Amino acid sequence: MPVLEQQSDALQQFCHGDLDAFEALFRRHQTEVYGWIVRIVRDPASAEELTVETFWRIYRAHARFDPARSFRPWARRIATNAALDYLKTARPETDLPNDVPSTPLQDPAISEELRRKTARAFGRLPPKLQVAAVLALIEERPYKEIGEALGISTGAVKLRVFRALRFLRKELKEHGIEP
Amino acid sequence: MNTQEQEQIKQLLKKSLPPISTRVGEVQRDLWPAMLKRLEARSTAVPWFDWALLAAVVAWLVFFPGAIPVLLYHL
Repeated sequence: MPVLEQQSDALQQFCHGDLDAFEALFRRHQTEVYGWIVRIVRDPASAEELTVETFWRIYRAHARFDPARSFRPWARRIATNAALDYLKTARPETDLPNDVPSTPLQDPAISEELRRKTARAFGRLPPKLQVAAVLALIEERPYKEIGEALGISTGAVKLRVFRALRFLRKELKEHGIEP
Repeated sequence: MNTQEQEQIKQLLKKSLPPISTRVGEVQRDLWPAMLKRLEARSTAVPWFDWALLAAVVAWLVFFPGAIPVLLYHL
C-alpha cells in the first residue's frame, strides 16, 4: 500500500479514536512537535512534558479533526497553544533556561552580565509577544509559518514582533543597555 | 524605533539566546510510554460531574434522613 494511502487510513482511524492509529501518528510526529516546542520554551524537560500534553489534547480532540486536512499544521497549532499556556504559568519573570546547548555557542564577545540582562528582559515579555519574538527573531522562522501556528495573520505576527522589540528596547534602556 | 535599532536588538538577542541546534531540537527518548501513562491516568479518573452527583446525594440524605430507607429500597 502506498505511504500516502497508509497515512490517510491512519488519519481516518484516528478520527474514530483508534489507539493504534494514534500511536502511529504520535511516533511519526513526536520529534517534530518536540522540536517546535523546545524552540519556544527553550527547556528540554518542559518540552518533553509539553509534547505529551500536546498529544493528549490532540487525542481528546480526535473527533474534531478533519482527515481531509493535513495533520502537521493542526498539531503544530495545538503545540503552540500548549507552549503558550506553559509560558503563562511559568511566570513571573523567570529567566529563560540558558543551559540548552545551541549552535553557535554563546558569543564570547558578549559579557555574561549583558547576556543575563538581555535574557531576563526577554523573559519579561508577555507570553504572546515572547512566542512571536523567539520564533521570528531568534529561530528565524518565516512569518507565515508563525502565523499559522498562532492562528493569526502574517501582519499580526509582524505587529507582535515589533511590539516585542519596542518592549525590549525599553527594558534594556532601563537597565542601562543601549543596543 | 528605526530599522537599525531593530536589527541591533535582534543581534543582541541572538548572541544572548542563540538558536536551538538541530541536535537539541530532537527528542532524546521515546515519549510514547509517558503518553500511555497519561492516557491510562485520565481514563481511570472520575469525572467532576460524578463527584458533584455524589455530593448532591449525600447532601440530600443529610437534610432528609427519612429518604435513606427509600433509597435503600430502590437500590
